Amino acid sequence: MKPELMKRMVKGPDGVEFEVEPLRDYFCEVPPTVMPAAYIKIVEDLFNWARAESIWILGFGTGCGAIEMRPLMTPRFDAYRYGVQWRPTPRQANLFIISGYLSTKTLKRAIRAYEQMQNPKYVIGLGSCTINGGMYWDSYNTIKRLDDYLPVDLYIAGCMPRPEALLAGFMDLKKIIRAGKGEGANQYAENFAWYKENQKRVIHDWDMPDYNW
Amino acid sequence: MDFDWMKIPYAFLTVFIVVNYGFLMTALIQKIGARVGRRYGIPIWQNYLDMIKNYGLRSSITHGAMFYLGPVFRLSGGVGLLLFVPSIYGSYMFSNLSFAGDLILALYFVFFGTLGMALGAAESGHPHAAIGITRGLSQVSMAELPFGLAVFSVALQYQTLSVTDIVAAQQGGMLTWTLFTNPLAVSAAMLSFLGSMMRPPFDVVIAPQEIPIGPPTEYHSSYLALMQTNRVIFPVAKIVIYMNLFFGGATSWPEFFLKVFLIYMWSAFVGVVFPRFRVEQSIRWFLVWAVPLGVLSIMVV
Ligand code: SF4
Repeated sequence: MKPELMKRMVKGPDGVEFEVEPLRDYFCEVPPTVMPAAYIKIVEDLFNWARAESIWILGFGTGCGAIEMRPLMTPRFDAYRYGVQWRPTPRQANLFIISGYLSTKTLKRAIRAYEQMQNPKYVIGLGSCTINGGMYWDSYNTIKRLDDYLPVDLYIAGCMPRPEALLAGFMDLKKIIRAGKGEGANQYAENFAWYKENQKRVIHDWDMPDYNW
Repeated sequence: MDFDWMKIPYAFLTVFIVVNYGFLMTALIQKIGARVGRRYGIPIWQNYLDMIKNYGLRSSITHGAMFYLGPVFRLSGGVGLLLFVPSIYGSYMFSNLSFAGDLILALYFVFFGTLGMALGAAESGHPHAAIGITRGLSQVSMAELPFGLAVFSVALQYQTLSVTDIVAAQQGGMLTWTLFTNPLAVSAAMLSFLGSMMRPPFDVVIAPQEIPIGPPTEYHSSYLALMQTNRVIFPVAKIVIYMNLFFGGATSWPEFFLKVFLIYMWSAFVGVVFPRFRVEQSIRWFLVWAVPLGVLSIMVV
């Protein structure tokens, strides 16, 4: 663990000494819980419909596939007309697109970003690298199956997939959400121990709390 | 003081109409912006969907009391602004809670929301939020200055601080509008209008491409939905003030819709043509171009 994350005594500017334990003080350690759907079915249906029609993507690209997301904002593909928008902060995003290979270093950031997103949240694995490692299948520092680390709702195969494939993926994701099957966040909460175990197996310098709100 | 209780439901009705109108109009303006960029643009009802979705998110986390209050302050700033100026001149139903001297109160409300937001976002502890607030507050204060000057000039011109009286003085056809009787003040105010609408070229503070969207960085789910609601009320409320002060007010809802839309279009036009200013550039711009106009307008009056 890095020294700045250790428990230590700090002297404040006014001369008072106090104890700091970064992981305790700055983060909340409560593990994620399963959040039930709205009690009345018709309300949940309404929410699901709204969720499907207003997908906010976290603007975070991990591999080569990130380059395929940009054309979607341009006049040629214009994903905005399907209610798809990009948000710069994980707090406001609902969809996390892992766009290609994920090195273990990036995986750490991806996990943190994913955990900061709010409950119904979806993950799309873009490109064959997220499915089975793709052309990086024997690389020493990329992960092979994204599904072991984050709950994936949908894969878009190809190396690399065209923007059209992404648009088709959004359409499929909408169907999944509208059918009420986009419950990745709850799945993550249910199998939290399993996901953490897998994550910790590849991330050796684990220097963050187990769950980053 | 005799207070007419019937005004309260009417005021709610005003808010309701304005919220819906605001949702549709901002979407329409975004669509126009997209068409300029040769895109198809968002569906016109997208804002409703976004809002339902944000209210429908299952989890939300807080960073303390001020974090809750930020969006609430903001919303009350918008609603307050709307409620204390008459939206339809001469209509008992929609003159809202306006009273003599409400102009000062309105000016205060313009700023109120931003301050509340600043406090709330500061509590989120996110470094980007703090930077965003500093930049946002400095820009908004700078943009308000010409507007304040213009308002004083108009108040001097009509010798009153009541918005209703100012509108009443402009009811003699187009040429009695402040636009023609006091063009300097109006131009100063319209320049300041650009700055406070949070549209390009002055939207560096909340632009997604910059330091992640500034103050709202940490806001999500219902908080964000509250802020979205305010994002549509506030511009309309603000435009209502402009409309009342400078463009003769409105005597019916269709006229209201048309005028608000046209005034909004002014900032949309400028927005699609000009690239974004950095904060220090925009502050300098306001100082050089807008503030002298405002001072001049006061001197002329
Ligand atoms: S699937 Fe192909 S294009 Fe995508 S990240 Fe892997 S190697 Fe790159």
